[in-house]
Amino acid sequence: MLELTNISKTYVNGSIVTTALDNVSFKIHQGEFVSIVGPSGSGKSTLMHILGALDIPTSGSYSINGTNTEKMKDDQLAEIRNKEIGFIFQAYNLLPRTSALKNVMLPMAYAGVSKTKREQRAKELLEAVGLGDKLTNTPNQLSGGQKQRVAIARALAMNPTLLLADEPTGNLPTNQSVEIMDIFQQLNNEGHTVVVITHEEAIAARTKRMITLVDGKIISDEDLI
Amino acid sequence: MKLQELVGESLTVLKVNKMRTGLSILGIIIGIGSVIALMTLGEASQQSVKQRIEALGSNLLVIRPGSSSSGFLRGGGGDVSTLKLADAQAIADSNRINTVENVAAEYTSAVQAAYGKNNTRVTVAGVTPNYFSIRNIELTLGRSISQSDIDLLTKVAVISPTTAEELFGQTTRYLGQTIKLDGNTFTIVGVTEATGSTGRSSGSETVYVPLSTAQRILFGVSHISSIYVQARNEDVMAAAHNQIGYLLLERHKLKTPADADFSITSQADLLETVTEVTETFTMLLTGIAAISLIVGGIGIMNIMLITVTERTREIGIRKALGAKKKTIILQFLIESIILTVMGGIMGVGLGLGVSVLLTHLMSLPTIIAYNSIMLAVVVACCIGLVFGWYPAQKAAKLQPIEALRYE
Ligand SMILES: Nc1ncnc2c1ncn2[C@@H]1O[C@H](COP(=O)(O)OP(=O)(O)OP(=O)(O)O)[C@@H](O)[C@H]1O
Ligand SMILES: [Mg+2]
Repeated sequence: MLELTNISKTYVNGSIVTTALDNVSFKIHQGEFVSIVGPSGSGKSTLMHILGALDIPTSGSYSINGTNTEKMKDDQLAEIRNKEIGFIFQAYNLLPRTSALKNVMLPMAYAGVSKTKREQRAKELLEAVGLGDKLTNTPNQLSGGQKQRVAIARALAMNPTLLLADEPTGNLPTNQSVEIMDIFQQLNNEGHTVVVITHEEAIAARTKRMITLVDGKIISDEDLI
Repeated sequence: MKLQELVGESLTVLKVNKMRTGLSILGIIIGIGSVIALMTLGEASQQSVKQRIEALGSNLLVIRPGSSSSGFLRGGGGDVSTLKLADAQAIADSNRINTVENVAAEYTSAVQAAYGKNNTRVTVAGVTPNYFSIRNIELTLGRSISQSDIDLLTKVAVISPTTAEELFGQTTRYLGQTIKLDGNTFTIVGVTEATGSTGRSSGSETVYVPLSTAQRILFGVSHISSIYVQARNEDVMAAAHNQIGYLLLERHKLKTPADADFSITSQADLLETVTEVTETFTMLLTGIAAISLIVGGIGIMNIMLITVTERTREIGIRKALGAKKKTIILQFLIESIILTVMGGIMGVGLGLGVSVLLTHLMSLPTIIAYNSIMLAVVVACCIGLVFGWYPAQKAAKLQPIEALRYE
């Protein structure tokens, strides 16, 4: 279970202070399927980074399965990011000059999975997202949509209990978006928690709960079923 | 992630930037190379000096007039006339001295030698018969100076090949020929083998004559320049040194060793001094080379810092995917160690090449110090560790999201 209590995040840039998140509190239970929507610059990515233990809030507390992240050491957080969380970045964040296959294998390498198993699983995942013929392509040899799918395959590599996706279908045509959402649906059905940031109503509509952010504040949090 | 995988990844990264990799390790190559070359050269010249000193004759003690305060480098000893042939005879005959095998005396001075129109400046060494055996000087032709030459004050000479060449040119039939030394006619009876410039009077242009002839006919002196004493064996060198010292003090009516008007030096003293000098030089030069190694290390640190900055985003991605601090540190340390060890190995190659070439050109013995190679590789490894540490730490400390935002 994820629990955010009075989370705020401000950026100070010289004399300009930006409040990306303003006193946000909510809980996400194991097995939920949540979408986060809101206009550009409303703080969705910032919230996602905090959920993914990549960023620290300026104030407030965030606990994962009952443990406050503030009390965890860097390596402990690294372990959680590696084993429990699959993160799909808005900007993909693939390793440059590294093949799609190697990119997908990377989280498993840090987890100490044997090389043959890693390779096999990475191949399966890339085939599942329709990139079976692009295994050796490096990111600069892939289109935006293809990169996004490599990022999705990588996020699924460790079979994480929590999947965080920042605009995972932003660069995909509708038919592929549907396929990706089918994968998320499938994972959620298996008991994984899935959180998706999106600006597409059709995507949000497929989730079970929708949180709407405006100017860093939650203005609505509704169950969709 | 396994170590060998990290090594593999580092190699891939280094291969991508071949030019940069090459340039950044150049400092290490040159540093290690010069340390190896200088260590080898130092060792070689030391060996060569040792060989030359040993060639002076074994278990040798040299007694010269003048005080011993400044050791064998003292100059102007020939002006002091405190040593006499009787001193040499006393050393040979005294029943208080039981450590001495053989004693020879020598008087040297420079004169003009002439054969026909040929003229050259030579060192005349008036010697006693056993001089040649004590000083390891072999004859290639004719005979050496005999006791009857001494007794009869004959005007015979044994010459070195260089002197022969100077005076007679290409002719080799000079046995029995006569040469003029300061106007006195001497008959050549023998030729020594060619020796290196191994000592004061065994140098290239030397003419050996009977001691008595030199003292009375050529120079009109009663003193001698040196006494050469061969001790029975190496173990009694110190005892011989003492026995001779006290005997001479007594003969010269002096009370304490501090008053001595002569100096006794042994090969060991000579070796020690020369070794000290060459060692100091080698250390000094190697020290300078070592400084270039530090400069090389700083070069590595610089390149690693650039690498870390360039790859900030990559580090962010790795951390976001679960890389621990240790793994990041290891990744960058391995990269810098690979750099320095590669540089070290190439430096060893360069250093050995240079030292083989130089020792060959300088006709020194080539001694490859294998432990210095091991040392160089270990040192290179340490440089990689030390200078890679800070950049690696810097990489590991990056906050994942900050690193990801880096453009
Ligand atoms: N490093 C930063 N320094 C200063 N301001 C920042 C920084 N990162 C984000 N912001 C600001 O915080 C606010 C929220 O940014 P965020 O990236 O969370 O928006 P978003 O909702 O994901 O937008 P989009 O839909 O365009 O991706 C924005 O106003 C942005 O300018
Ligand atoms: Mg965003």
